[in-house]
Amino acid sequence: MEKIIFYVLALMMIGSAIASVSSRKMLRSVIYLLFVLAGVAGIFFLIDYNFLAAVELTVYAGGIIVLMIFSVLLVHHIEMKLEVAKISKRILTAVACAIGAGLFITIIYSYDFKVEGIATTTTTAQIGTGLLSYEAGGFILPFEVISVLLLAAMIGAIIIAKGKKLESENDETL
Amino acid sequence: MIEGISIYEILALTSILFFIGVYGFITRKNLISILISVELILNASVVNFVVINKYLYPDMLQGVYFSIFIIAVAAAETALAVSIIINLYRQISSVEVKDTETMKY
Repeated sequence: MEKIIFYVLALMMIGSAIASVSSRKMLRSVIYLLFVLAGVAGIFFLIDYNFLAAVELTVYAGGIIVLMIFSVLLVHHIEMKLEVAKISKRILTAVACAIGAGLFITIIYSYDFKVEGIATTTTTAQIGTGLLSYEAGGFILPFEVISVLLLAAMIGAIIIAKGKKLESENDETL
Repeated sequence: MIEGISIYEILALTSILFFIGVYGFITRKNLISILISVELILNASVVNFVVINKYLYPDMLQGVYFSIFIIAVAAAETALAVSIIINLYRQISSVEVKDTETMKY
């Protein structure tokens, strides 16, 4: 059963990813990306990391996709078609990417992974304790740094998106 | 771990996703499309971290923490990129890569 679900998810993800990078309509390609993200969340559910799947769905599918849809609607006419690269360049890139993917996959299949057979369930409480512990192996410092980074990104996004208007106000006060 | 699915199949899936993202990154001519391709690449790496953690070291959680950090950084990056794109659109009325010359200096 899990096998069938995994293969369905994998086909959906690859198909939507190809559609997302080749669709000529902007909004459609964002929606295809949403399907890829839903597939990633499905894989997280399958390998029993429920918290990560929830984070993926809320942050990516809920936040980033909405941001992108807003930006597409703000800067594009919906009917407008994107211009595409030259056909020779596309074929060349596709061949290079196929060679790269083939190389990766052959190397992965030739390496002997030492897979542990035990299936453990991780609770959200364990993740939270590890993230906030300040003993050896704890992640409290990166956690705090990432919160400062998010604050800085928020302020930076507001200032950059406000643009010229803010600068002229500053000049007046100076 | 998933019944009947080995680590090789999942890693093959994520490398295919990664290279689809690279293909989009190179061939697309539009800033938002390039952002979408970067999201694809980041997602492939997140799945890699989680899967390697689950299959090879099931009693540790480091991969989960790293993927949470990657997701947070990706969110910050997207917010900043979208604000830059909107500001650029106000100034030059275009989001095509070839028109983007005001950011070069």
